[in-house]
Amino acid sequence: MSGTVADIPAASFPPARSTRAATRFLRHRLAVAGVVVVVLLIAACAIGPMLSPYGPLTIDLRRRFQAPLAGPHWLGSDQLGRDLLVRLLMAGRISLTVGFVAMGISTAVGVLVGLLAGFYRGWIGTALMRLVDAVLCFPSIFLLLTLAALVSPSLATITLIIALTAWMEVARVVQGQVIALRERDFAVAAEAIGASDGYIMLRELLPNIMAPIIVAATLNVARAILAESYISYLGYGIQPPTASWGNMLNNAQEYLESAPWLALLPGAVITLAVTSFNFIGDGLRDALDPRGDRSA
Amino acid sequence: MPLSETGDLLRVEGLTVRFGAVPAIEDVSFALRPGETLAIVGESSSGKSVTALALMRLLDPRACSVSGRALLRGPDGRETDLLALPERAMADLRGRALGMIFQEPMTSLNPVHTVGRQISESLIRHERLSPRAAAARAVDLLAEVGIPEPARRASAFPHQLSGGMRQRATIAIALACRPRILIADEPTTALDVTIQAQILDLLHRLQQETGMAVVFITHNLGVVAEIADRVVVMYAGQVVEDAPVAALLEHPAMPYTAGLMRSVPRLDAALHTGRRLLAIPGNVPDPRQRPAGCTFHPRCGHARPDPCLRARPALEWAAPDHRVRCARWQEIAA
Amino acid sequence: MTRFVLHRIGQSLLLLLLVSMIGFALLHLAPGGPLAQFALTPGMSQEAMQRIAHQMGLDQPLPAQYWQWLRRLLVGDWGRSYRDSQPVLWVIGSHLGATLELMASSTLLAMILGTGVGVLGAIRRYSLADYAAMVGAMVALSIPTFWFGLVMIYVFSVRLAWLPAGNIATAGDGSLLDYARHLIQPCVVLALVTVATWSRYMRASMLEVINQDYVRTARAKGLRQLQVLVHHSLRNALLPMITVAGVQLPILLSGALVTETVFTWPGMGRLFLDSLGYRDYPVVMGLLIFSAILVLAGNLIADLLYVVADPRIRLT
Ligand SMILES: Nc1ncnc2c1ncn2[C@@H]1O[C@H](COP(=O)(O)OP(=O)(O)O)[C@@H](O)[C@H]1O
Ligand SMILES: [Mg+2]
Repeated sequence: MSGTVADIPAASFPPARSTRAATRFLRHRLAVAGVVVVVLLIAACAIGPMLSPYGPLTIDLRRRFQAPLAGPHWLGSDQLGRDLLVRLLMAGRISLTVGFVAMGISTAVGVLVGLLAGFYRGWIGTALMRLVDAVLCFPSIFLLLTLAALVSPSLATITLIIALTAWMEVARVVQGQVIALRERDFAVAAEAIGASDGYIMLRELLPNIMAPIIVAATLNVARAILAESYISYLGYGIQPPTASWGNMLNNAQEYLESAPWLALLPGAVITLAVTSFNFIGDGLRDALDPRGDRSA
Repeated sequence: MPLSETGDLLRVEGLTVRFGAVPAIEDVSFALRPGETLAIVGESSSGKSVTALALMRLLDPRACSVSGRALLRGPDGRETDLLALPERAMADLRGRALGMIFQEPMTSLNPVHTVGRQISESLIRHERLSPRAAAARAVDLLAEVGIPEPARRASAFPHQLSGGMRQRATIAIALACRPRILIADEPTTALDVTIQAQILDLLHRLQQETGMAVVFITHNLGVVAEIADRVVVMYAGQVVEDAPVAALLEHPAMPYTAGLMRSVPRLDAALHTGRRLLAIPGNVPDPRQRPAGCTFHPRCGHARPDPCLRARPALEWAAPDHRVRCARWQEIAA
Repeated sequence: MTRFVLHRIGQSLLLLLLVSMIGFALLHLAPGGPLAQFALTPGMSQEAMQRIAHQMGLDQPLPAQYWQWLRRLLVGDWGRSYRDSQPVLWVIGSHLGATLELMASSTLLAMILGTGVGVLGAIRRYSLADYAAMVGAMVALSIPTFWFGLVMIYVFSVRLAWLPAGNIATAGDGSLLDYARHLIQPCVVLALVTVATWSRYMRASMLEVINQDYVRTARAKGLRQLQVLVHHSLRNALLPMITVAGVQLPILLSGALVTETVFTWPGMGRLFLDSLGYRDYPVVMGLLIFSAILVLAGNLIADLLYVVADPRIRLT
């Protein structure tokens, strides 16, 4: 029980609130580790390829299937003799970009839908939330692949498709929060002085529900990276020769016997990145909402 | 050992419960004779429930440490220390020698099992009855605790019964195996006044019929006059007075007991004289920061810097059957 | 209760309508729209195309087209596969069994494991084991399913050579043992995510229950610890898990698609990817809508089961 501090109502000390949230986040060691890993990954992907003598597409047929640590390629080479480390880092640029941009779009769409549905509670709100329910009925991979097959795959379309299948949870969270908030006084007071709907939504409601949005957005990065890896692995995402963490695994199953590292390494990197974002989201949830339980 | 030892059914000595370093109750001692009703009285959070749960060994051993002794005299006259028993042996006694009912009838029954089943469980466990025989006994027990249409109610789920009915059902559970001691932790607090009276009557009747001893926990001294033979008053985790009910109500030696008596809602008094209820000012101190000296001194009209602030008073004998924890009880009485 | 059930069924029908609209919209987004199948047929003249378009009602306004399409959907006329001209529903039906076997076995495995881990975590809260289980669950939720499949194949098929790397059975064998050996890996791979989710929810649900007054009442009766755990904690904690199982369905179906691909398991997921490869849109669209209907039905069944299982709702 560290009750004494937490028991003070948050509202009475607004400046201290963020510091306390930061303290709680830092106590969540795995979340901190997640931040460190993500920062290192981003830095490595940004800078790493420039420091390497190999390009991501440099083919060297004399050094195909070099095992990791067994030659000039640190993490080994693939069936065309391309350097695996450089390809992993270049793929990271793509996969992380897809993850962040898709998160941005899906969060924006989800917030918009959630705000509208929570604010206009009549038939507009009902219709929007039923739409959310209906989209959630489609298993995400089925929907992703169908959409991916309908468009010509490019970085932009793939990102968009991933975003379009991931906004629903955010919408649900936001709608729930808005409805809870509207029961309280701020919005009512603002309405009373004649503020416009848009003003109330963006200036009164949105700032007060940032915490759950930030948590959902963080988890959405993890989900988007995973989604990219799934559809690229299945051949409908980022297309070779551009490398992404998912499509590096595309042919890896064939070489499982002769060159297992081609399958093991990219998957391990995906797992590392996704786990990190998930832990960060978990830590943020604890930090921003001290009442919530750790689990589920 | 000044407590009378002869014929005590249960003797509690030096019972102390700490949550972490914080003592919730300290050095609690009292004795219970066969067939008697002992009331434990005190304001909310004075440590009554912790005392009861410690006796039943229902506190989470990982959350707290319990010390002291609770000696239960068996039918053969031998004493067993409940606090030293292995968990399995204690589980054999729970529900068989010791029954307990709780304050909240709305939440103390499992919502997914029928009332009948929740009574039978105990019979199957302790008396090795067949499920069928136990179910029949459960219906009898429901009739015994005054539930109309017992056969139908046995197959009802808790949410289908009123609060008073549920409390009767929990009494039936606690008494299913005819325990020698019933611990009732504020069994009427959550109920309407008329229902309260019915439940008190029921407990009284059952006690007459079965000869069990009852530990009746309440924060209402008014109830005590009706049912108790003996009263233990608790404050801030300690016993502050312990006396037969008549002596206590006529000559309370501890100012806290007197304060409790003034705060009893008395329908007749309020109606006739218009006298207001005099609650004791202030609150029971947080166990993490109990005041030095007498724990009651900040709220006590009789407190003096010396001796009340200097040291924690001991539990003294005010009469052969009357203990009190007050450094000034003699001056106040005079 | 009747009101709740009727309300819930009405809600599902409304959702079904919305799902069908989304499906219809996607169908028209497909390259060539509903006509694409004929565009691929060699020697089809422009005139013939227009005649077919007319026959199919494609020159009518969209709402009318949707109405026609919905009617065919409801009577089970889901079109024919481009590949072998079989009715779409028949094609789906012939792959459904393998998927359901995989999903059922892995769900069973996941529930048993997940319940055990969740219950242990709750009653030994904040112990080392609890902490390890929570971290483990988080990692399990972050592993790409297909990669976990590859790792399994690498370890158990390539290195140890204990288990077959794919397919549902060895041709010509037909023994139960052979079938079981083929099932183990896909079952475990598909169970991974479900175990993680299930154990997290189970732990939370159990934590809610074990501090309830009625658990204390059960202990005060002298019931054995195991009896209290099973009849007065687990029984209650499992109730909300019925809903969790329903909510898990879409994730399970997605996982099945990927798992079937990795292990060449001849189910709906494989069918979906194969059809996608052949641009066999009727089957793709059919599977998409079929999977959504499965999810809808699963959630409805879960909610109805909950009503039956919880006397507080059943008897009001
Ligand atoms: N599980 C617990 N953890 C920490 N403190 C507790 C716990 N249970 C009771 N206490 C403390 O013990 C004291 C006595 O509580 P209790 O016996 O419930 O009072 P009463 O029943 O007289 O109202 C209170 O100060 C309470 O805060
Ligand atoms: Mg109490």
